Order: sequence, then C-alpha cells, then structure tokens
Amino acid sequence: MGWSVAQNGEKEMSNGQNGAELRLVTPGMAIGPLAGKRVGSGAIAQNDTIIATRLGWTKEFNNTVSVDPINSAYMPRSGDLIVAVVAEVRNNLWFMNINGPFQGLLPMSLAPWKVEFGAARQHMGIGDVVLARVQEVDECHNVVLTMKGVGLRRLNQGTVVNVPINHIDRLRGEGNATVQRLRDASDTRIIIGENGRVWIDGDAEGTAWARKAVALTEASGHKTTFEAELSALEQNAPKKGDA
Amino acid sequence: MGGYGDVQLLRDDGLRLDGRKIDEMRPVAIEAGVLPAADGSAMVTHGLNVAVAAVYGPMEAHPRKIQRQDRAVIDVRYNMAPFSTSDRIRPGYNRRSREISKVTAEALESVVLVERYPRSKIRVEIEILAAEAGTRCVGITAAAVALADAGIPMRDLIVGVASGKVEDTVVLDLDKAEDNYGQADLPVGILPNTGEIAFLQMDGDLSPDEFNLAMEYNFKAAAEIHEIMVDALKRRYEGGEN
Repeated sequence: MGWSVAQNGEKEMSNGQNGAELRLVTPGMAIGPLAGKRVGSGAIAQNDTIIATRLGWTKEFNNTVSVDPINSAYMPRSGDLIVAVVAEVRNNLWFMNINGPFQGLLPMSLAPWKVEFGAARQHMGIGDVVLARVQEVDECHNVVLTMKGVGLRRLNQGTVVNVPINHIDRLRGEGNATVQRLRDASDTRIIIGENGRVWIDGDAEGTAWARKAVALTEASGHKTTFEAELSALEQNAPKKGDA
Repeated sequence: MGGYGDVQLLRDDGLRLDGRKIDEMRPVAIEAGVLPAADGSAMVTHGLNVAVAAVYGPMEAHPRKIQRQDRAVIDVRYNMAPFSTSDRIRPGYNRRSREISKVTAEALESVVLVERYPRSKIRVEIEILAAEAGTRCVGITAAAVALADAGIPMRDLIVGVASGKVEDTVVLDLDKAEDNYGQADLPVGILPNTGEIAFLQMDGDLSPDEFNLAMEYNFKAAAEIHEIMVDALKRRYEGGEN
C-alpha cells in the first residue's frame, strides 16, 4: 500500500496542504513507508512503516504525515478560547464542563471579579456559561482556566450550539471568512469555542438563521457545492447579506 | 462440551448441519455509527448473532480509585438481552458476563493507546440482542469498530473469531449445535495487520496439529472479517470528508 495507491474516498488536498492526497484510513492501516518522513498525530511508526491509529484522513505537510481524525474528543491546549459551563461551585473555585474528558478548574484568583472566600456562588452558579481561556494543562490532564483577559466574561444571553471538534476549522473558514459571513448575514454575534461550542447572540430570527447556517456549514462545508448552498441560504437571511 | 457424542454434527457429504463447509464462516454484516447518542457505535450480525456496541468517552474515571495516573482504563460491560436466546435470560450481571467483560477489556486494552488518556475511562457497552454461539467474539468485533468510530486511537483493529472441533474434525466458526455438542471451542482475538493475538481461550481438548489448523482457520476468517470492518467504517464516511 504505497503513497500513490488510491483508496476509497480519495480526495484532492486543499490549497495550503501541499504534498499528498487525502485518503480515508482506519486504525492499523499502513499509510506508507517511513522513508525519512516525520510521524504526526493520529499515526505511529512501526517497522519502518507509518501506521494510522485513528479513523480519519491522511495528510502530509512539511514532510510530516498525520491523520485528521473524523471523530475526536476535545483535548484542551494552553491558550484555547472555549465556551465552558459551570458544573460545580466550591468556596474558592469553579469546576467547569469544557466539553472534554476532564473538567476545567477556574480558581477565584483567575476570575474577572474580586471574589471573597466562600462567595464564589454569588458570581456564578451551576449552569452558567462563560467565555474562558485555557491557562494551563499538565501531563495528568489537570486543566486550569482563566477569565482574566480581553473579552473573557460570563455569557448572560444568547444560545450555545455544539459542533464536532473536527468541524471547527470548517465553520471558521479561511481567515475567519465563513464565520464573518454568517455574522454579517444574520446580524448576530458568533463566537466559536475551540471545544466545539459555538455561542450565538442576536434577535430570535437572526439566531435561528445562524443556527441553520452553522448546521449547513457543519454538513457541507467541505463540499464544492457549499458556496452555492450558503448563497441560497443567505437569500433568506434576516439581513440578506447586505450588512 | 464433548458430552454428547451421539449427536451427528457433520453430514455424510462432509458438510455441516447448516450446509457450510468445515472452513466456512457464517455470513457477517457490520454497520458503524448506529447509535447517535454514543461517541462511537457499531452493530455486527454474524450468522444469527446480533451485537450492538457503544463507546462513550474518554471521560474522567469515577470513582477516583479506579483511575490510573499513566493510562486510561477500559470499562467493558457485556450483556445478553433477556430475549437473545430461546430460553429467557435473567437480566443483570452474572458470572459469565462478568468474565466476558473482563477478557474483552483486556483484549481491547492491548490495542487501544491507553497511555494517551491518563486518569480517564473509556466505557464500552456490548449488548447481545440475539445469540447463536460465539457472542464474545462478535462482541469484541463490534467493540473494535465502535472504538474506531469514536475516534479512539488504536494501533490496530481487533477481530474476534472462533474455531472448534466436532466429531474429531476441526471446523471454523461454530454454530449453536456445534458449540453445545462439539468437542472443543477456540475463540481468539486477532490483530489482523500485525497477526498478533490479543485474546485466546480454549474449552475442550485439541491436539497440537488440531490447534494449529484451528488457528489457521481463525486467521483466515479474521482477514475476511477485517475487510468487512474496514468497509463498514469507510462506508459510514464515504461521500467526502465529514
């Protein structure tokens, strides 16, 4: 099974990911010979062969072979902007659901308010949604969040939509072009969390349209027909794209 | 097993009671992504066996005492539905399901890259909806497809398959009568790409030659099932990157 052998679902690599074809692989499948290439995420080297460890699309970029998984859990990285939900409140910290395997911890020292010991509940309770940033992640997956920073705050209004992690880039588009288009067309504020949660805020009509557009981007963002589909949807947009 | 020597399991023409050759497998069909609420799922139909596997996680392992600081734990729950056999099965965990859950978890741990998720748990639920011998193998196959569907990193898929001995003849993939009245049963979990064995049990007696032949049959069947597994996973996402 060499590099040039086409498998089911072979596709052309998009611009900017030069060097190889996209190919659907399953765990254990040989992607190709190691031959001086570096092994990226979703693959391992075994007996001079690169083996896929996840179900996904192979990618070669800068001599590094990796697999873009089709499904994956959110694994937080330092600096990620996320939409988190308060899961537990203690006297001096909050445990946040970050849509990943582990809860994140927001200590009162990293909250945007001056919080007295025992007064954490007065600022945020269970179920409150916040825009936060991942401060640090250690090797045991302890996640510390921060709300100190520009724009980080409690989200008191709007709605949150879940999107699979691997569709986030698709929703964002090249240089945030797609999400900006959705914002303009629906006259809503849209914030995409790296953890697969999208916050949408606007009037009812705009929010409903934006949800529809997010669903369309999620389903068809990779297809050549996406542009036409989105343009058709924009005809029914509250602002009809003239914002 | 082996206590009913007067039951005829091979026909005079050398075929088995259901018309299969001695090295022929029952028909297998696999579908991935059958349960929308699960992170990954699969349904495997193998002969008259029907198994559904669902994978949830990785998630934080609770209670904390089960956490491993350097790896994830795989929590498998194998269960046979009360209606899966002709005699109703009493619902709930029993000695057999506990044993199969344990050996399945150990087999899956050898292929899943558990070190990627310290302190976490990957929950695998295997429900046997219809049983006709070889359910542990069908459960392992379903779990492997569900794990791959959930995006859990694995170094290979794992295929569950069994051979056995009836009327002093080694046969592949025992059906219910052969399982009940045969002389031996050899279920294995095979990693098809590397040829490694992740799980092996043997019930009854096989000579070394019979054992080797049974393993040869198992490897041949594993390669066939593996193709069906890969096809099921690809079929789920065919039509473009999803």
